[in-house]
Amino acid sequence: MNLRKWSISSVVIGVCLILIVATMLYPFLYMTSVSLSKSIYVLRGEVTWLPKALDFSAYKAVLKDPRIGQSYLNTFIYVSLGTLVSLVITALGGYALSRKDMMFHKGWTLIIIFTMFFQGGMIPTFLAVKSLGVMDSVWAMVLPGAVSTWNLLVMRTFFAGFPGELVEAGRIDGLNDFGIFVRIVVPLSKAVFATIGLFYAVGIWNNFTTPLLYLRNPDLFPLQVVLQNIVLAGNTNGESMSVGADSMIVDESLKYATIMVSTIPIMILYPMLQKYFVKGAMIGSVKG
Amino acid sequence: MALLESELKARSLTLNRTRPKFARKFSKSWILLLMFLPCLLYYILFKYYPMLGIVISFKNYNLYKGIWESDWVGFKYYVTFFQNPDFWLLFRNTFLLGVYTLIFGFPAPIMLALLLNELKNMAFKRFVQTATYLPHFISNVIAASMITMFLSPTGGLINRMLNGLGIGTINFLTEPSWFKPIYVLSEIWQHVGWETIIYLAALSSINPALYEAASIDGAGRMRKMWSVTLPGIAPAIVILLLLNVGKILEIGFEKVYLLSNPTTYATADIFSTYVYRVGMTNGNYSYASAIDVFTGIVSLVFIVSANYISRKLSDSSLW
Repeated sequence: MNLRKWSISSVVIGVCLILIVATMLYPFLYMTSVSLSKSIYVLRGEVTWLPKALDFSAYKAVLKDPRIGQSYLNTFIYVSLGTLVSLVITALGGYALSRKDMMFHKGWTLIIIFTMFFQGGMIPTFLAVKSLGVMDSVWAMVLPGAVSTWNLLVMRTFFAGFPGELVEAGRIDGLNDFGIFVRIVVPLSKAVFATIGLFYAVGIWNNFTTPLLYLRNPDLFPLQVVLQNIVLAGNTNGESMSVGADSMIVDESLKYATIMVSTIPIMILYPMLQKYFVKGAMIGSVKG
Repeated sequence: MALLESELKARSLTLNRTRPKFARKFSKSWILLLMFLPCLLYYILFKYYPMLGIVISFKNYNLYKGIWESDWVGFKYYVTFFQNPDFWLLFRNTFLLGVYTLIFGFPAPIMLALLLNELKNMAFKRFVQTATYLPHFISNVIAASMITMFLSPTGGLINRMLNGLGIGTINFLTEPSWFKPIYVLSEIWQHVGWETIIYLAALSSINPALYEAASIDGAGRMRKMWSVTLPGIAPAIVILLLLNVGKILEIGFEKVYLLSNPTTYATADIFSTYVYRVGMTNGNYSYASAIDVFTGIVSLVFIVSANYISRKLSDSSLW
């Protein structure tokens, strides 16, 4: 063992980083433990690290709540449909913008970039969306945020890096611009599609402002709105949550279980998808 | 805008003089234009069409008459807003929240990246990165829910710890003086890991020969950090600082809305939450739009001047 590597500064740095990691992860561990512990220990405030006397009744109660199931389904629909629509529009638009031979190529770019610096604002946008008749429908979650200018520019930059010879080769083979895009460019850009698609999917999954503004019908609420209703506004559903007296569930466990139920998909998926996210952040940052 | 004008001029010239050239150009790129069409439609419908709606801030918007038939009132709503005592409160809150997030939030990822850079153990480094990215992916609703639960005066984790230390219970969420620290700290918690990515990328592009040369010159760890590492990532720092300064007034609506309540409005109410309450909850569309327009213009001024200053002081600028 080369003990010399363990200088004081290395130890200090290591301890600092371990403390940072603990601050990042402990809240999640704590929520998991409380939601899984027997009520009596939660009430006594004895749960600090690991769950005490495993008890799944909080999760059972949450999963029985009809609002959770419905909103999960809604979110699933919004995420899949929204990601698809966003990705198709962004990819087609990004590719067209990357081609300097498109008519008014510079003008279009300018029109798009201008919206990064000035926008109508919440109320004018709300009135516009309302007048377009997409309020209170699936489209309210899909269309108003369908294109993110940032993602569009990332796509454009990526496609602009394709060698012009590929386009020429496609031409010679008798493909038109759309054919070149579908047959040559798309198969070579799977990583970018995965990355940008993930950004859109996570964005829709986490979105709270859009449903707050454009959805009124509770049957259409996505998970985030229901979560806000249950945890922050405290509307725990009386009927479905009332359990027999001997297996009482404390409010705290119930709320943590609700949070966990809506966080678990992301927590499971994200370590697997991490490399795509990181790649996306890098492509975006390189552009500057 | 100058570019746009020249584009338009070029376009009209083509139209007037060499019609066939225009037609030829169109016939060459019509498929690309068609591919671009959905994207263009999106920008027209959801970005530019709302901009037309700004006129309602100069009108007395009437739900039944609609945007175009409502009566003009000139700058009435702007004047009302500037004369409203709430104006300075909102300005102060929005500005301070942005400035605090910048002062405390901006250096945090740089420090984390520098710490990570000192690590030799790759597996541990990757583990730290994975752990610190995680909070970036939870939604604002979940973040706000967790904060609310942890800070709850009845049985919340933080208050139980404070009680254990004999400090007593603090009512964090109804105490106005606590709002800003809570907001800023939670922002750092959520995003610090994610924001290191850019710095780590910049760090990895520093030539290792520089470190070797520094070692030969007898530089220790700190010396190397000051003389090699920091200058190496300086361009990235400037660009990101610029982006962040420009966005000072664009404090996110979601988390402030979710964390604030009437008892903390004195320190928590910002332009966007006020616009939401006045416009969406009370239905005062014209007044709320006037505030929207005002913040939009101020933000624009911020971005343009941040860019101008940076171009004068250093070589880096956004455009």
